[in-house]
Amino acid sequence: MALRVVEERAVARFEESVLPQLGAAYNLARWLTRNEHDAEDLVQEALLRAFKAFSGFRGNDARAWLLAIVRNACYTWLRRTRAQEVTTAFDEEIHTVEGDVLNPERLVLQEADRTRVRQALEELPVEFREVLVLREIEGLSYKEIATVADIPVGTVMSRLARARGRLQLGLAGPQDAER
Amino acid sequence: MSCQETRSLLHAFLDDELDLTHSLDVQHHLDTCPACARELAAQRTLRAALRDEALYFRPPDGFTARARAALRATAATVGPADRAGIAEGFLWTRRVWLPAGAAAALLAVVAITIWRLGPGAPGPSADGLLAQEVITSHIRSLMPGHLTDVPSSDQHTVKPWFNGRLDFSPPVKDLAGEGFPLTGGRLDYLGGRPIAALVYKRRQHIINLMVWPASSEADRSPTAAIRQGYRLLHLAHGGMIYWAVSDLNEDEMKEFVGLVVR
Repeated sequence: MALRVVEERAVARFEESVLPQLGAAYNLARWLTRNEHDAEDLVQEALLRAFKAFSGFRGNDARAWLLAIVRNACYTWLRRTRAQEVTTAFDEEIHTVEGDVLNPERLVLQEADRTRVRQALEELPVEFREVLVLREIEGLSYKEIATVADIPVGTVMSRLARARGRLQLGLAGPQDAER
Repeated sequence: MSCQETRSLLHAFLDDELDLTHSLDVQHHLDTCPACARELAAQRTLRAALRDEALYFRPPDGFTARARAALRATAATVGPADRAGIAEGFLWTRRVWLPAGAAAALLAVVAITIWRLGPGAPGPSADGLLAQEVITSHIRSLMPGHLTDVPSSDQHTVKPWFNGRLDFSPPVKDLAGEGFPLTGGRLDYLGGRPIAALVYKRRQHIINLMVWPASSEADRSPTAAIRQGYRLLHLAHGGMIYWAVSDLNEDEMKEFVGLVVR
């Protein structure tokens, strides 16, 4: 269907600032849903929602803005389809790992451990998984993560610390993990 | 710095989210404490494992094309009136359906407000509002990890960093020789526009210098104020507005501002 000039301009502006972030959006959705088809559907849904809200977007960080919308879509989906993952109230304190439990020397990662890293990350509670994905894999700053996950910057820092502790524990081997 | 303090800042240190001062403190502790250094090494190993290209999920083939097509289809079905109304639509509906009683009540409130403010009673002045924003920005900047976006004492690093982040180029001077070393810069938002905040130190005191272009070329001599225990000094010079804020004493603040516009 042909678009009018005004619409053409709106779409072009949106495409220019938001479409380059599609890779980041997909990566986040893929990690949160752990499924490629759902990830694609959710990103597309989030993208259309973003387009409709675009006239109200005044910031200059289109990536964090889009990722926040993608995250919301993913959480809504998780609550609907994987309720047990998100309805077990997330409690940072309960999920805390004592630093001393970990022995850094035990954490020797080999090339063959890639699969283990991916698995260990996928097994983390979604709140921990998302901060690690945003920080380490997507390379976002604390401020950007705070925007995406809608939490204060201080919480980003403490949650990352705990997430890393949990991941180390997961990588240290199942016999050591608290399951 | 103790082990406990170091551990509490270790992740922010690893993530480059600490300001220069804290970062140096942590580094100093790490140089002398093998246990903390080992913990950092373990964190670096973990990070290296996570920064593996294989962990970045790339979209499947044709994903962007499909997204673009869906977008265009949506744009075509959302009419121009709808689009214009997307932001205002909600308000518009509310306005139409606003019950007459509520509208009258609203009018009454507005009338009372206007009456109370009165034409003669001045509201907070523009400078007063700005001063509040400057103070807020200063206090926020003192929280851990908020002081600088570009921690550097080199004016040739700080100044270019603002390129592309601002629509003007702020004058950046290092005043270390005069006892006010530059420690970095950051972007901030004041008076409805993005501005440059330059961070200087005097002994243990932090000075935030906010800079943005003036609307007129006329210079304005320094005006001082004290709010919430902080001292403010603002002036216009060479087409730029400067606001300096710190807990320094008045004489040193004046000296600092004098050096800035020298």
